[in-house]
Amino acid sequence: MSGFTEIQSRAAPVSSTGAIGWIRQNLVSTPMNTFFTLIGVYLIYKFLPPLLDWAIFSANFAGSDEHACNSGGACWVFVKQRASLFIYGFYPSEQYWRLDAVFVLLAITFVPQFFDAFPYKKWFGIFSITGLPVISYFIISGGILGLEHVETESWGGLSLTLIIAFVGIVAALPFGVLLALGRRSNMPIIRTMCVIFIEVWRGVPLISVLFMASVMLPLFLPEGVTFNKLLRAMIGIVMFQSAYMAEVIRGGLQAIPKGQYEAASALGLSYWRSMTFIILPQALKLVIPGIVNTFIALFKDTTLVLIIGLFDVLGAVQSAIVDPNWPGVATEGYVFAAFCFWIFCFTMSRYSMRLERKLHTGHKR
Amino acid sequence: MKKTITLMGAIVAVGMFATAASAATLDDVKARGNLSCGVSTGLPGFSAPDDKNNWAGLDVDTCRAVAAAVLGDANKVKFVPLTAKERWTALQSGEIDMLSRNSTWTHSRDLTLGANFTGVNYYDGQGFMVSSKLGVKSAKELDGATFCIQAGTTTELNLSDFAREHGFKYTVVTVDTSDQSVQAFEAGRCDSLTSDQSQLYGLRSKMSNPASAVVLPDVISKEPLGPVVRKGDEQWFAIVKWVLYAQVNAEEMGITSKNAKEMRGSDNPAIKRVLGSDGTFGASMGLTEDWAYNAITQVGNYGEMFERNVGMNTPLQIARGLNDLWSRGGLQYAPPIR
Repeated sequence: MSGFTEIQSRAAPVSSTGAIGWIRQNLVSTPMNTFFTLIGVYLIYKFLPPLLDWAIFSANFAGSDEHACNSGGACWVFVKQRASLFIYGFYPSEQYWRLDAVFVLLAITFVPQFFDAFPYKKWFGIFSITGLPVISYFIISGGILGLEHVETESWGGLSLTLIIAFVGIVAALPFGVLLALGRRSNMPIIRTMCVIFIEVWRGVPLISVLFMASVMLPLFLPEGVTFNKLLRAMIGIVMFQSAYMAEVIRGGLQAIPKGQYEAASALGLSYWRSMTFIILPQALKLVIPGIVNTFIALFKDTTLVLIIGLFDVLGAVQSAIVDPNWPGVATEGYVFAAFCFWIFCFTMSRYSMRLERKLHTGHKR
Repeated sequence: MKKTITLMGAIVAVGMFATAASAATLDDVKARGNLSCGVSTGLPGFSAPDDKNNWAGLDVDTCRAVAAAVLGDANKVKFVPLTAKERWTALQSGEIDMLSRNSTWTHSRDLTLGANFTGVNYYDGQGFMVSSKLGVKSAKELDGATFCIQAGTTTELNLSDFAREHGFKYTVVTVDTSDQSVQAFEAGRCDSLTSDQSQLYGLRSKMSNPASAVVLPDVISKEPLGPVVRKGDEQWFAIVKWVLYAQVNAEEMGITSKNAKEMRGSDNPAIKRVLGSDGTFGASMGLTEDWAYNAITQVGNYGEMFERNVGMNTPLQIARGLNDLWSRGGLQYAPPIR
């Protein structure tokens, strides 16, 4: 009686495992794939080394003036020297700590949102959209508690970009929700008003909104009455973005089956309660990608304020690259500005992906 | 009915007070403690942020001189960067007290915009930059040449007038921004770059080899650039006008920021009148007698202002030329203070 002999399973052929297998499967599986792989390799070989060489290997990092940039690579010394303009704008240098404090506050309230188990995470979140803007305004503007008042004309650089984007994001979402609900309302006057608001603001380019705010509006006001230019621009941006936001959220509201509305009514919930507890949580969850998309677009649209003479990070870069002391630093300046925008937009995008994963309850594919 | 009339009367009265308050710019500036001055968002040599994030340039110094004369401190200026489109609105609406933003003085602007030009702090004009290898001495030799110009400017109109007058043919390459025009010129896409001369010097300084290009002496348009104030405030108009005149007079008399203190004790009555040790010229404008003294010690005379921002020792390397004193063959001529 022969016993049971265990036959060891053989290892998969070398050609289908490990690096070789991966290459065979993904890079050279068909003649077409091979062809594109070769093109890709050629392009990387052609463009990557010069790019890395320019940006890193022969770039100039040390030094303090234009004479330090002599190796032919990127002149990061320029960005380093003008970093304070790019980040703080014309804010008085002895008051930089106030902007730093706001940056730290911003980080403290938003970093916990990336960790599930963080204690009191919800409260950090609520603070970030209620208390934080108010406190930040008083820290940055000053005029109380012995802080020196700093006029909005001195605000600029990355800090101004963040201020405008933050105000836009925090204000556009609630306005957008209200407008979306209004547009689906049964009350004809409210519905008409919301439709008109949305269609008017969505129908004009942001550039013309900003021009109206900065060039036309002051002409309508009596002489001597002036509105702060930054405030005018912010109101314009919030109006514009809430119209877009309203349509994104309306998309979510339409995806909720009628049964949900009826069930809420059957439970005896009032309109606002059924919206707050039943409809909106589902609708907003559905349209997170759309909302974040609008936020990212808003963040990048803030650069348009430079056409009305506000110095956001791109405006600061543009005013610095014309400095005749620094010949040929335009590329470095623009790369820096692009990098700043990418960092923030990418962070927002990752956060939205996290949120979607966390909230997926039945709709995930 | 009676109530309505009282109410309307009150509104009108408040309105009049508001207008009265904004009419006296000098009082507003003194009450606020700073001068609100509109400048360009970034034009090298005229108004651009320097290494320490302070505004610097010829237009900026013009504002600082007025602040020194009015408030006694050249640093009490709030600079409002404005784009070309916004500048007139900002001035008319009272957002700024004066505009010093390389604005050309023209008939239509002087009459229709509700603005008054107070003088000329820089005589500019459209010129030509060519590669020094071409060996061209005058713009009239540029027959058949290709010109790079920036889109949406009056440059092209001036060029076509000039070409028609001298009967030569030309081709135009239109570029969007000043960065691009430098690149196009350096790459040889055009034989000549034409724009305002002050800008040409700025563009030349951005080239990888500034010595390889020359700015030709020909000037084909008149572009007098100067500070502007709102119409309807004669006192303020006089102040901004005479601060610049005082700086030009100071240069003519050899008063500089360094020697103004000693010159105050000079026996020359003309110098004493400028520096406020003789006469009541400040009081007649509502200022203290050391108005010009403050402007000259803190900002300098016109020549110092020019050399510091755009002169031969700066990257722009602009010669005085038209902007020299009348006594040295230029156009800067100020009425006497007496």
